[in-house]
Amino acid sequence: MVDTKTAFEKAPAPRGFSVARLLRANRKLLFPLAAFLLILLGNWLISPNFFNVRLVEGRLLGSLVDIFNRGAPTVLLAIGMTLVIATKGIDLSVGAVIAICGAVAAVLISETELSPVVVIIISLGAGLLCGLWNGVLVAVFDIQPFIATLILMVVGRGIAQLITEGQIAVFNNPTLEFIGKGVVLGLPFPILLSAFVFILVLVFVRRTAIGLLIESVGSNDRASYYAGIDARAIKLLVYVISGLCAAVAGLIITADIKGADANNAGLWLELDAVLAVVIGGTLLSGGRFYLGLSVIGALIIQSIQTGIFVSGLPPTFNLIVQALVILAILFLQSDDFRRPFARLFQRLRRHS
Amino acid sequence: MRSRKLLFSVLVLMLVMFGVFATAFAQEGGGAGLTIGFSQVGSESAWRTSFTEAVIAEAEARGINLLFSDGQQRQENQIAALRSFIAQGVDAIILAPVVETGWDEVLQEAADNEIPVVIVDRNVTADPSLYITRVSSDFVHEGRLAAAWLVQATAGQCDIVELQGTVGSSAALDRQQGFNDVIALFPNMQIVQSQSGDFTRTNGKEVMESFLNAVDPSTICAVWAHNDDMLIGAIEAMKEAGLDPAQDILTISVDAIPDIFQAMVDGDANATVELSPNMGGPAFDAVVAYLAGETLPAWIPVAGGIYFPDTAAEELAARSGS
Repeated sequence: MVDTKTAFEKAPAPRGFSVARLLRANRKLLFPLAAFLLILLGNWLISPNFFNVRLVEGRLLGSLVDIFNRGAPTVLLAIGMTLVIATKGIDLSVGAVIAICGAVAAVLISETELSPVVVIIISLGAGLLCGLWNGVLVAVFDIQPFIATLILMVVGRGIAQLITEGQIAVFNNPTLEFIGKGVVLGLPFPILLSAFVFILVLVFVRRTAIGLLIESVGSNDRASYYAGIDARAIKLLVYVISGLCAAVAGLIITADIKGADANNAGLWLELDAVLAVVIGGTLLSGGRFYLGLSVIGALIIQSIQTGIFVSGLPPTFNLIVQALVILAILFLQSDDFRRPFARLFQRLRRHS
Repeated sequence: MRSRKLLFSVLVLMLVMFGVFATAFAQEGGGAGLTIGFSQVGSESAWRTSFTEAVIAEAEARGINLLFSDGQQRQENQIAALRSFIAQGVDAIILAPVVETGWDEVLQEAADNEIPVVIVDRNVTADPSLYITRVSSDFVHEGRLAAAWLVQATAGQCDIVELQGTVGSSAALDRQQGFNDVIALFPNMQIVQSQSGDFTRTNGKEVMESFLNAVDPSTICAVWAHNDDMLIGAIEAMKEAGLDPAQDILTISVDAIPDIFQAMVDGDANATVELSPNMGGPAFDAVVAYLAGETLPAWIPVAGGIYFPDTAAEELAARSGS
């Protein structure tokens, strides 16, 4: 039996990441990108100054910047979620992990003398632990991922509330605040942070064999096991990555408002993350995954949200509009839905 | 024989003293020995937490056995809690509903079991015969008070952006109505942008950011937030956009949580209308009065005032101490 470690080392030559080749290989992949651009275009039609970006005190301001900035937590969750879903799993606990990690950071920084860097490391450690908990339940005890992660989803907010004692734990610390409010080269720091994590994970899974192993475990974990892949270790790994991504998202959300809101931080964000992954074309049944497109999926969700905010539409319509736009995107992606239209189009062309 | 007599007299004395104390407590608030179920929305804001704490403290002081259930902002959890209270045969139920609609069935179940229900805080659309009374702040009044201050501060000329609360909640609907009723009297006051910030800081900040992108920030005269938490988020958004909150854009919000007084001390907020969290006392009084056979008014309002930066430091000290 081949040891996983050696499999890692004997990884086939890293496959280059080329958008053009991906698109050629699978025309489906065009749709998330097209949908993103269409929504941006729609936003521009609704609100003419949508693409306006202005520089105020060394900081770029504008709806486009907002999409990337506000979308950063969902992007981070979608990155972790993609890997989890690729192993045929799901991580419903990420919203609660956000609340826990935010609470840990806020309480430690305001009530102890620890340096901000240590606090950040401890908070990331909390995320890692949460991921490990999920991973152990799924990989070692073989509990259905939906149920295994539901446990932490339900309990997590309670844990976060215990840490903050039911209050919004506020703090004043420039270093910690920088994660959510900082500006580097005119861009809000969360944008750069999420981009950095994306590249880091992309390189980690695509420049090594790990991505391949994840896809193999997701396609058929029994066969992978017989091929010498340690499916347990791979599953453990993806839940830990997901927990870490959620921790980073939690730090951003907490730093952004200079306070840990155990009740609302990351509320329902796990569902946005799952949706982002699905819009990005990764199947919930596991196997092949597309990190970049999951990120596009997350940005699509955020651009709908931001578009609604600037549209001036009464808030009673928010959820309906959101649902309709997402439904349209999913229809656009469905082969069965497109087929009759494609046929009609072909017939029209033949006639003309 | 003698010692037995002594024991007897001591016992009598103790009984008498107990009786005196018991009546003293009864006069203090009433309701000692009652078992009351309290279904709370959740702990989504600092105000909600202080509301919960006030009710629990009031129950303890009165010797009421309070069964507390946190609904985590979900109606199904609250309905389940109510059913469990009914099954346990409590003496009364206090319900702080998360939304207005959908309570008829479970309230009917309580009525069938002859358990009186007091609605506190937000309203319900159910038939008023299904509950004995409603104890709440007057949200419409809060909206009017906020608008009245803003009219006075801007001499009736102001372009306002509005951060609404959770869509469909009576706090949002009524505050909006009260505010709009007053500014409708002034032709030069209008709401130029309005969105829901869901009563949370993160959403308040995000929505304010989008307002500042959608309209020229220099044309915005004031931000009116349905609660303090959203305004605190909006203050962050204004600062990041290079604006001076409370100077460039006036602020008015409702709740009077400690953090808004901190913001006033820092010069970032102008005024807040208090939403009194002390609803436990009036609610327990209503239950006691109902059980004693008294008739109750359909609505028992709890009043709150408006606070400004001049008293912010004292208020902050008083409120964060408790």
